Amino acid sequence: MSADPAPGLPPGADDGTLLQKPVDRREALGLLLAGVAAGAAAAGACTPLTAATPDERELKLLEWEEFTQKHYRRMTEEERAETVARLERLAKLRYNEDATIATTDAQPGVLFGYAFNISKCKGYRRCVEACINENNLDRHQDTQYIRIFEMENGVVNLEEADATYQHEVPMEGHFYLGAQCFQCANPPCVPVCPVGATWQEPDGIVVIDYNWCVGCRACMAACPYWARRFNWSAPEVPPEEVNPNQHYLGNRHRKKGCVEKCTFCIHRTRQGRLPACAEACPTGARVFGNLLDPDSEIRWVLANKTVFRLKEELATEPRFWYFAD
Amino acid sequence: MHLRAFLMSALRSVTSGDRRYHLWMGSLTAIMLVGGYAYLVQANHGLIVTGMNDHVSWGLYISNMAFLVGLAAAAVILVLPAYVLHDVDFSRAVLIAEGVAVSALVMCLCFVMANSPGYPWKWWRLTPVIGLLNWPDSMLAWDVIMLNGYLVLNLAIPFYILYSHFIGHEPSKKKYVPLIYISVVWAVSIHLVTAFLFAGLPARPFWNSALLGPRFLASAFTAGPAFMILLLGFIRSHSKYSIPDMAIQKLATATTVAAQVNLVMLLSELIFEFYSPTHHSVSARYLFFGLGEHVALVPWIRAGILLNVGATVILMIHPLRRNPRVLMPACAMLFFGIWVEKGVGLVIPGFVPSPLGEIVEYTPTWVELWVTAGIWALGLFVLTVLVRVALPIELGEVRSPYLEQPPEARAARPRATRPRYEEARPVRRR
Repeated sequence: MSADPAPGLPPGADDGTLLQKPVDRREALGLLLAGVAAGAAAAGACTPLTAATPDERELKLLEWEEFTQKHYRRMTEEERAETVARLERLAKLRYNEDATIATTDAQPGVLFGYAFNISKCKGYRRCVEACINENNLDRHQDTQYIRIFEMENGVVNLEEADATYQHEVPMEGHFYLGAQCFQCANPPCVPVCPVGATWQEPDGIVVIDYNWCVGCRACMAACPYWARRFNWSAPEVPPEEVNPNQHYLGNRHRKKGCVEKCTFCIHRTRQGRLPACAEACPTGARVFGNLLDPDSEIRWVLANKTVFRLKEELATEPRFWYFAD
Repeated sequence: MHLRAFLMSALRSVTSGDRRYHLWMGSLTAIMLVGGYAYLVQANHGLIVTGMNDHVSWGLYISNMAFLVGLAAAAVILVLPAYVLHDVDFSRAVLIAEGVAVSALVMCLCFVMANSPGYPWKWWRLTPVIGLLNWPDSMLAWDVIMLNGYLVLNLAIPFYILYSHFIGHEPSKKKYVPLIYISVVWAVSIHLVTAFLFAGLPARPFWNSALLGPRFLASAFTAGPAFMILLLGFIRSHSKYSIPDMAIQKLATATTVAAQVNLVMLLSELIFEFYSPTHHSVSARYLFFGLGEHVALVPWIRAGILLNVGATVILMIHPLRRNPRVLMPACAMLFFGIWVEKGVGLVIPGFVPSPLGEIVEYTPTWVELWVTAGIWALGLFVLTVLVRVALPIELGEVRSPYLEQPPEARAARPRATRPRYEEARPVRRR
């Protein structure tokens, strides 16, 4: 059921068919014992000597280094370069991907903001599709960062909205409201993390060190906007559909058991490009830009339109506004 | 020398017993093995094999954790009177209570581990210095510190007392009484911190209530002593270790009061949610009445409330409470009722509907059920081992072979200098 070949497991421990295999009592006991060994090995491939081919040996060594790697924010420039090189090599060995993983820092004088025009959105969900492709989202679990809610005119109530509509859009008498991570100025998801694996960057983007995350999901319980997603299984992306342009804090290959979220396409926006969702929108409902640049379109919207945000009473200060023409 | 003898004698106490004892330990082991297998499946495939999803992102594991922290904290109900207030009736029960706390904490930590997928050793990242413990910001970081600290306290105190008795020494009050005081405050704190883990999240209006902390304490002091009464009743009838009726009766009174307070808080919560319902009451509506066709939790919570109300009423009637044949079932009702209220009825509805209003129901899978069963079996196993080790030492049946005098002679000698709670040792029953 999983494309991840469960790297690090000793041969024969489990090849991902444990659920389907009929197991008798004796075998189950053996499996249990093997499990202890398998677990120990999976943690970081403690047994590089048992690996057969040079590639496998290299993989195990790299996995051990990956397991013991530092918190991203504690790495020096050289350590970041080493880490990224290792991850690129691992992507090649594990998934046969030729990824380039950037570690571009936040640019000075930049604070990202987003505005969403609810009169223009027609519910085509092209942004959702673009996001999936751009961010290498898991196709198996059908992970989506963006939610488009269809609501009847005259009602702004998410509980009565339909986020799973399957019909021709736009529907008569309805409007559409998109939600994703709002990169709150006061993000409730950040302080709850017991290991500090998630934080806010100077340009306002809330990021996760996927390698440091222990998968406790406290941040998912804390987010009032349901913006975070978990890798319940090893994510699957068909190799030919992988976006090789990646960022350490963004769309690089995640592993099972870590939380992920929208990063305003950190790998694009830190290079001065638009997020994929804004670029893909056929109606021009999405306005993205630098809040610190007085000439930006987002500043124009904030200055000239009546804007609102979701759940203002929670004092999360989202950097994501809604407006209407 | 003494330590080795202590460990050997502990091993002997644990491994010897009648057929029923071996059957009990054997069944627990079997359940643990199946649970271990289920855990292995989960570790290999990820939490996809559980019923949890992006909407209901915590399930049975965290539910049980929240309940068991309460069970651990409830040891304070015996520790406080026995050690601090020198209540002689509780003196014989207090070591058992600490054993319950230890096993509950072992279960809590296992549930926290099971809730995070795959590799428990990822948790080295919580270690300060080599890892990064996000303290004091993260309530979960607090919880990890509190649970581990309480575990250490509840292992250290009984071990010191038992070991002292084993080698024929008097436990020195100077050494253990300060630890007792810490553990009393600590016990209340562990459960409050666990409540704050939920109460501190404005994203989930169902939990985001100032009442949650006190409510956690009330329910813990209901379920904890109820469990202790059941356990002490069992020990009393199945071993030579006598526990005074008065201890059980005092515990029953404490349980009754806590159960009443818990019901008052439930009522207050119901009024708060339903007198003038707002959008924030949707989770409560889902829990107690269901939302449309989504009614998974309704039978559970109604059964839970019935059990709690029924047991509380029974316990409030003095003749009934004093009759062990009624008291024991009533305590079992309370224990299960609180488990439903806190296990099923607290964590899961917090996620339904999601913060953006979507309704996804949660049903645990066989993997989750077996992992949960396995962890409970582990807890009961640990509890049995601890009780098995403690009883013979406290009965004076087991003493270090390196003592100058044979144990019978020592046990028979009156001890003027023993701590007060030992003075009240009653004559063996029968």
